[in-house]
Amino acid sequence: MTPDMNQSIPQDTAGDSPVTQSQADAVKLKARNVKVFYGEKQALFDVNLDIKANEVTSLIGPSGCGKSTFLRSLNRMNDTIDICRVEGEISLDGQDIYDKNIDVVHLRARVGMVFQKPNPFPKSIFDNVAYGPRIHGLTNSNSELEGIVQTALEKAGLWNEVKDRLDQPGTGLSGGQQQRLCIARAVAVSPEVILMDEPCSALDPIATAKIEELIDELRENFTIVIVTHSMQQAARVSQRTAFFHLGYLVEEDDTEKMFTNPTDERTQGYITGRFG
Amino acid sequence: MSFPVLFGVLALLTIFGYYLGRSRALKTAGGQVRNLHSLPNYYGYYIGLWCAAPGFLLLVGWMALENTIMDSMLIANLPDSMSSLPAAELSLLLNDVKNLANGDIVSREVIDLDLKDAAAFYGQLLTTSKMLLTAILVAVTCGGILVARGRIAPDLRARNSVEKAAMAIMIICSTIAVLTTLGIILSLLFESLRFFQMVHPLDFVFGLEWSPQTALRKDQVGATGLFGAVPLLAGTMLISLIAMCVAAPVGLMAAIYMSEYAPTKVRGTVKPLLEILAGIPTVVYGFFAALTVAPFFRGLGLDFGLTISSESALAAGIVMGIMIIPFVSSLSDDVMSAVPQSLREGSYGLGATKSETIKQVILPAALPGIVGSILLGVSRAIGETMIVVMAAGLAANLTANPFEAVTTVTVQIVTLLVGDQEFDSAKTLAAFALGLILFCVTLVLNIIALTIVNKYREQYD
Repeated sequence: MTPDMNQSIPQDTAGDSPVTQSQADAVKLKARNVKVFYGEKQALFDVNLDIKANEVTSLIGPSGCGKSTFLRSLNRMNDTIDICRVEGEISLDGQDIYDKNIDVVHLRARVGMVFQKPNPFPKSIFDNVAYGPRIHGLTNSNSELEGIVQTALEKAGLWNEVKDRLDQPGTGLSGGQQQRLCIARAVAVSPEVILMDEPCSALDPIATAKIEELIDELRENFTIVIVTHSMQQAARVSQRTAFFHLGYLVEEDDTEKMFTNPTDERTQGYITGRFG
Repeated sequence: MSFPVLFGVLALLTIFGYYLGRSRALKTAGGQVRNLHSLPNYYGYYIGLWCAAPGFLLLVGWMALENTIMDSMLIANLPDSMSSLPAAELSLLLNDVKNLANGDIVSREVIDLDLKDAAAFYGQLLTTSKMLLTAILVAVTCGGILVARGRIAPDLRARNSVEKAAMAIMIICSTIAVLTTLGIILSLLFESLRFFQMVHPLDFVFGLEWSPQTALRKDQVGATGLFGAVPLLAGTMLISLIAMCVAAPVGLMAAIYMSEYAPTKVRGTVKPLLEILAGIPTVVYGFFAALTVAPFFRGLGLDFGLTISSESALAAGIVMGIMIIPFVSSLSDDVMSAVPQSLREGSYGLGATKSETIKQVILPAALPGIVGSILLGVSRAIGETMIVVMAAGLAANLTANPFEAVTTVTVQIVTLLVGDQEFDSAKTLAAFALGLILFCVTLVLNIIALTIVNKYREQYD
């Protein structure tokens, strides 16, 4: 890594300054020869993928194909699994995130995550959203914190529904609201990338539609990577799509091209529902 | 036949009934299980229950009532000179009669004819009773088997009946537990009332001095016993406080390490090892406290120019704390491990460190269980006896100085009841009153803790 590269990368900025238009095509995350092992078993084989800033990239593929594993290696969430080992290189703005000098805590502040099952903390709605800003010391005063919480909830499209009951437990919300709360919680930290692991799989169609709308809006300020089992969802929300199969990245391209004219036979088979 | 033999007979009959029920059910169904409403086993249990339940009730009832009825019959048969004796002597006499009948040693030297007659009568009663019981038992159980056998038909809902019976048995078991507790509380209460007739309740609860000697003669030193429970309660609280100061932080930290930091292998080894600590008999902790820890502290005190008595609240409290560690750590570890992994990942995903996750997510979510484990520790500390008997001393000092000897409620109960005692003196009855106080203290502690937990609990799904 060259010194000037180091300078160009803000180490732990929590700035929510959106990437300017000129940078829009910049590669945000770059994966090179990524292999992931669970103990002896290899789950991912030589994955190479560029994820561009301010785009939604969807990862599709049959169950067990390694798409969630890949997603979780983008913010080193796999570190929490004892037997998991990652090889190859993943870089965020050109900086290797598996480098020894990288603090995983800073990395996760920059690369936030929303999970399959809504997992609000057993705290009030306000405290759920304020959790991240508080631990990162983003605010000096209560009013500032309240502002951040309100902005995050507004961005997640939840403000109007919860503004009168911010002190009530987050676990008391409906499934869709809980998931939007989790998105608000992630947004409040002002990450650069948001990873979403099947965020709608536990939700009904109406809640799903709301979240998809939200993802489209969030694209303005964030880079989004989403794992999904729904082909339609991938087609609706993403600009780029990557197809995984049996641990290999089979194909990745513009979403439109992937769904109309895929190169690989397996992709063709999967998106037309012939297997998987 | 004696009771064990009768129980054996009952068991054999029940087993016989079980097999009879199975084969009978299969026979009525023409050998086809699917023609039956329930599986054949249930028809077996059905007859078995019809045999065992009445038989068991009969045996238990007979055992409970036999003595009382036979005693009254025996007394009615005694000559007037004997049956008009005062209650205490009469019971002694009855004992002798029974011993004579059984061929055991008799307390009196002169055995007169009347006594021998009574013994013979008693022996006769005993034989009749047993024969009668055997006959009734066989009749009842065989009757039960016959009735149930007659009812067996393919459409008999045997499973439903057996399940109902099983539920009834479970209800009875839980009732026994509740009733026993209730009985203990009531006996504490009534004996305490007797004590409070001799010592004013206010003197007991608020009295500052404890010296429960009751004298043989009026003019003896300390003839008027002083029953002020405050020093004992203070001692109990002091030692429990010291114990919890050791057990709560150490146990909690150990639990956090085990559930959050330790690799699976380490946890698998350390946790059972810690739980072994809970299996050490408290008497071992006791002499450990008295022979090793207390002298160590006394020596340490000398180095610092402090006087620490060789039996001190400090030594007892610290050793008791070590004893309680596994209760706190093991239970807290379980509740923390039960916090869903998704909450941890949610927190890590926001860039929280491990310690932030533990402090702000895991601990609040596990709070009710943690408070519960600490509370369990407190009640162990308050009720613990052996360690304090050996290491804390007997002197009822009212002091907050942990370097001095203090005594606790449990220790005093032990000393009050050890040795030969009259059972109606204030000294012995004080034990019940002390027990009642202990019970009330733990009850209040539990209520407080429950309220705290309900108020601050953070429920996760």
